[in-house]
Amino acid sequence: MVPLSWYLILSAILFSLGVFGFLLKRNIITIFMSIELMLNAVNLSFVAFANYWNTHPAKLASGANVVPLSGHVFVFFVMVVAAAEAAVGLAIIISVFRTRETLNVDQVNLLKL
Amino acid sequence: MNQPSLNLWVIPLLPLIGAAINGLFGRRFKNAVVSTVALLFTAASLVWAVHAVWTLWPGGDRPYIETVATWITAGSFSAPFGFYLDQLSMIMVLVVTGVGFLIHVYSVGYMAHEGGFYRFFTYLNLFMFFMLTLVLANNYLLMFVGWEGVGLASYLLIGFFFQKDSAANAGKKAFIVNRIGDFGFLIGMFLIIQHFGTLNYADVFGKIASGHYTPELGWGLFTAIGLCLLFGATGKSAQVPLYVWLPDAMEGPTPVSALIHAATMVTAGIYMIARSHAIFNLAPHALEIVAIIGCLTAIFAATMGITQTDIKRVLAYSTISQLGYMVLACGVAAYAAGIFHLMTHAFFKALLFLGAGSVIHAVGGEQDMRRMGGLRKKIPITFWVMTAATFAIAGFPPFSGFFSKDEILGAAFHNHFGGPVLWVIGVITAGLTSFYMFRLWFMTFFGEYKPGAIDEGEEAHAASAPAHVAHTAASHSHGHADDEAHGHGHVHESPWIMLAPLVILAVLSVVGGWVGIPQFMSGGQNHFEHFLAPVMESGPPTSTQAAVPVTGNDTISTHAGPPSEENAGQEWLLAGTSVAAAVIGLFFAWLLYFKRRDLPGLIAAKIHGIYLLVLHKYYIDEGYGAIFVKPLLALSTVVFWHGVDQGIIDGLVNGAGSTSKGIGNELRRMQSGNIRSYAAWVAVGGAAVVAIMIWLGVGK
Repeated sequence: MVPLSWYLILSAILFSLGVFGFLLKRNIITIFMSIELMLNAVNLSFVAFANYWNTHPAKLASGANVVPLSGHVFVFFVMVVAAAEAAVGLAIIISVFRTRETLNVDQVNLLKL
Repeated sequence: MNQPSLNLWVIPLLPLIGAAINGLFGRRFKNAVVSTVALLFTAASLVWAVHAVWTLWPGGDRPYIETVATWITAGSFSAPFGFYLDQLSMIMVLVVTGVGFLIHVYSVGYMAHEGGFYRFFTYLNLFMFFMLTLVLANNYLLMFVGWEGVGLASYLLIGFFFQKDSAANAGKKAFIVNRIGDFGFLIGMFLIIQHFGTLNYADVFGKIASGHYTPELGWGLFTAIGLCLLFGATGKSAQVPLYVWLPDAMEGPTPVSALIHAATMVTAGIYMIARSHAIFNLAPHALEIVAIIGCLTAIFAATMGITQTDIKRVLAYSTISQLGYMVLACGVAAYAAGIFHLMTHAFFKALLFLGAGSVIHAVGGEQDMRRMGGLRKKIPITFWVMTAATFAIAGFPPFSGFFSKDEILGAAFHNHFGGPVLWVIGVITAGLTSFYMFRLWFMTFFGEYKPGAIDEGEEAHAASAPAHVAHTAASHSHGHADDEAHGHGHVHESPWIMLAPLVILAVLSVVGGWVGIPQFMSGGQNHFEHFLAPVMESGPPTSTQAAVPVTGNDTISTHAGPPSEENAGQEWLLAGTSVAAAVIGLFFAWLLYFKRRDLPGLIAAKIHGIYLLVLHKYYIDEGYGAIFVKPLLALSTVVFWHGVDQGIIDGLVNGAGSTSKGIGNELRRMQSGNIRSYAAWVAVGGAAVVAIMIWLGVGK
């Protein structure tokens, strides 16, 4: 059995990679990929926690049972939103490239042409 | 109180309405409208005052006290808007409204060619309001309101020609010096509140008379209160050591000098002392100091008056000297005599100032007597009224000044608190008064008219004197520049609107003293003193009583009891001496300024040192400048201005500004407009939150 902390450490590493990629890269597509990386790092911690609560049932302070499935549900939501975002985002990126002929974010920091 | 209400509050209020109308709308009025409004309200006030006095005259309830409203209530202390009319305030209110009205009339003519006509009458009416508040108040606090108010009006009117630096500075000087005196008055009031719990005259004097003050409340306290009040009076009434503002106050228009700085405002201190006589009577040491200050002022100012060449300055020093007489009278517990002299002085000194104004008007704004002369034939009416006033102030019988001055000198000789020394100084002062007044008279009205000329004898000394003296003389030919058109060659008598008040005042100067003919002359009683007697009835205690605290009403009357036959002889002798002093003064003035005009120069050359000393007014102004003004200015500049104000206060304010500016300058870098740097801040913030949560162990 892999302990929870390993998952979380992996998740933190992935998230940090995403953050640094987001901050340091200038190419819009790379930035976009970094965002996806961060989202999935979070997804990883969601499912890790969900799995953890499955194996270690616990009660809330109110006395109700923790519903372990909620972690999974969140992951699905995140995936759906990420897919939608990717669709919209890629469309925007293509549009930007068509008009500006560059994907360097420092050159597209103005809304006006 | 079974009398009909007199509505005394109307008396001061009327001039205030006049001031309000002229002050708010006067700019758009024609001069005729302005003067009508001002005169109307002053006259109405006069009529109301006469009516009030008339109603009470046959011997109604006096003092008549009327409380209009409550002003301040704090615990057991309360100060009402209340008015108080007894014999003392009757005299004051009649003098103020009467002389005030005459001077208003005169001003219409005098100020006709000046700018700011409406401003002048606004201030003048405002002054009347405050002065009447002062004399009619029924408690010290309301009196203090009037006291401060007349100071304000005085400041505004001295600085009336505010374009001139000297006038503006004179106004400031008057105000500041008065404030120093007011400080003493305030402390005195606080002492009264602390120990009597009230400021109402009736209550305070009642408590004193019935001995209801606490046993530990001994002589020391009364002396302290007396000295504090006296200090207030020295400021307002221009006594040593605070007299210095009055000569400079001559920068104001001449009617102002007549009304405020001769007839009414400067007598407020005398009124205050006379009003507080119950306190002073219990404080023999304070009275002694009052007498000494009065005496010193009288002779000191008289000597300074001798060397002045500016006609108004001579009168200013004469005013100080005469006020010294009044204070002296209060100091020997002859309050009635002081008030008597106050009244006659109001007549003849107002006349002298107005007459001087008429002379100045006639010669086109010139104020230096050395450039006048021979005006007797050219302005005969002014000459005759000035003559009456000069004889009155010099103390020739039967002019008014004789009776009042004689009354004071007699009291200084007889009264328990008096003494031969005070009397001798008083007589010498009388001689000096006569000398400088006739000097003015001869220089102005006799000899040759010599515009633009300066007597050779005196010029040598004026030239050798430091520049500012000559400069003062020159710069004093103030705002009558409009009249310059008349030119020096064309000396003209003033219009009747100016002469009529002069004539009325001249009559009063002559006959005004007859209400107080002393007993030894008329055989009957002294009406004036008898009239005031109910107010002043509690005389001072004798010296043996003074040594021990008085527990009751065991005071004796000092009203120089009915003189016996031998006393009458002494009285005649005293009166004769003061007349002799006046005659000697007249003789020397005639000798020096009429017969042998070269003599003054020779004498001045002979005693050059003393002459210069007196010419510079004993260097008092310079001394005050060196001792008080300069160090205070230096302290204020270095410590309070550069140190506290600029260093600490400005430093704090500017420091707060520059600190936030500096911080902002650094923080500005965060707002780069670069999305990724914002994202980095968000990441750093998130990391910081996580770090804190780990650090604190949230959720454990």
